[in-house]
Amino acid sequence: MKPAPFAYARPKDWSDALKLLAAGGRPGAGTQSLGPLLNLRLAQPDTIADLRHLPGYAGVARAGGAIRIGAGTTHAAIEDGAVPGRVGEIMAAVARRIAYRPVRNRGTIGGSLAHADPAADWVAVLPALGATAIALGPRGERRIPTAGFVTGIFETALAVDELLRAVELPVLPAAARWGHWKFCRKVGEFSKATACVLALPGQAPRAVLAALDAPPLVIEDARALMADPVAEAARLLDGLSGLTAWRRAIAGTALRHAVELAGAA
Amino acid sequence: MTRIAISLTVNGTPTELLAEPREQLADLLRGGLLLTGTHVGCEHGVCGACTIEIDGVPARSCITHAGSCDGAVIRTIEGFGGDAVMAALREAFAREHALQCGYCTPGMLVAARDIVLRLPEADEARVREEMAGNLCRCTGYRGIVRAVLRVLAARRQGLQD
Repeated sequence: MKPAPFAYARPKDWSDALKLLAAGGRPGAGTQSLGPLLNLRLAQPDTIADLRHLPGYAGVARAGGAIRIGAGTTHAAIEDGAVPGRVGEIMAAVARRIAYRPVRNRGTIGGSLAHADPAADWVAVLPALGATAIALGPRGERRIPTAGFVTGIFETALAVDELLRAVELPVLPAAARWGHWKFCRKVGEFSKATACVLALPGQAPRAVLAALDAPPLVIEDARALMADPVAEAARLLDGLSGLTAWRRAIAGTALRHAVELAGAA
Repeated sequence: MTRIAISLTVNGTPTELLAEPREQLADLLRGGLLLTGTHVGCEHGVCGACTIEIDGVPARSCITHAGSCDGAVIRTIEGFGGDAVMAALREAFAREHALQCGYCTPGMLVAARDIVLRLPEADEARVREEMAGNLCRCTGYRGIVRAVLRVLAARRQGLQD
């Protein structure tokens, strides 16, 4: 199908972009998620404000003890090593499994996070890595921990007058152990259950369970999960309502695999 | 709906076009420029038939609206006539029976060329992973994978000589 008519605007700077947003414009980045929704007419915005050309929208920079990734940085750039250090290594491996290379060449980390599809990869991985979302609104920047960023299906903690400008990642030690596992029957399709585990020396491991048609479940202290993944996965899944039996089974499997991978790394 | 002015360089030729904001690049290339080698399949980025090069890298032209491409350099399957890697791929596709109806082929070739140049050491598993974003309903993929591997092997051989 073809999209319903919309107007197209290319803001020249961030304040211009915020004005377009205030006037009801729908932000667009790589449109690799929005494009299909437009074609299917599930999204029918009046105006698309194309953020791709904003200064500093893409790119990676060290900011103190953290790494700041512009929201417009593509998955392909991350796959190819744009993010330095151990956290970059982890993110490159995640990026390689997002959709397909021609999609990754255009799709962006910020677009994906702000789109907030529960099955999307960064929605699960960024909270596990302890990332912070940097929102920009009329009063300047606001920091939102990604653990609470996605609040529902296609819903986020961004205010109506805010744009996602960047994500900030902590620098991780080389000894950081990481496990990431998602259930896809075909390479590149949306996950049906995703689990991540990050274990840093001397700290309680953190885990995330995602892609279950709901916001990601962040387990800040995953020691019990690491100790007995089968029993603890069962206990966690008992707390989630509305899961079918097969979904529950693959979610438990995802958690067990993530724990195993984090143990082995 | 007001049309917007777009400048594109398509297959080496600078072009000024008017497009509807809602128009996806694939439709503009096919309908506006009659470059019908770019095929439109699923229209949600899954099948890969519409894959072309935008600013030197493969991208989906069915979920990239034309307005966002203002100023971009576009190469469609019609623009690879003089490209040696594409010539080798075309020959390998023919030899390995990597196509039947041909609907997926332009997208397959653009994706395959990217693999050959970006991942010169790719093995069969990697080729299958990388080609997973291009669907073929005729061949069962074996011929396609063999064709890409044949070009990779020939280039590795050539680099050693």
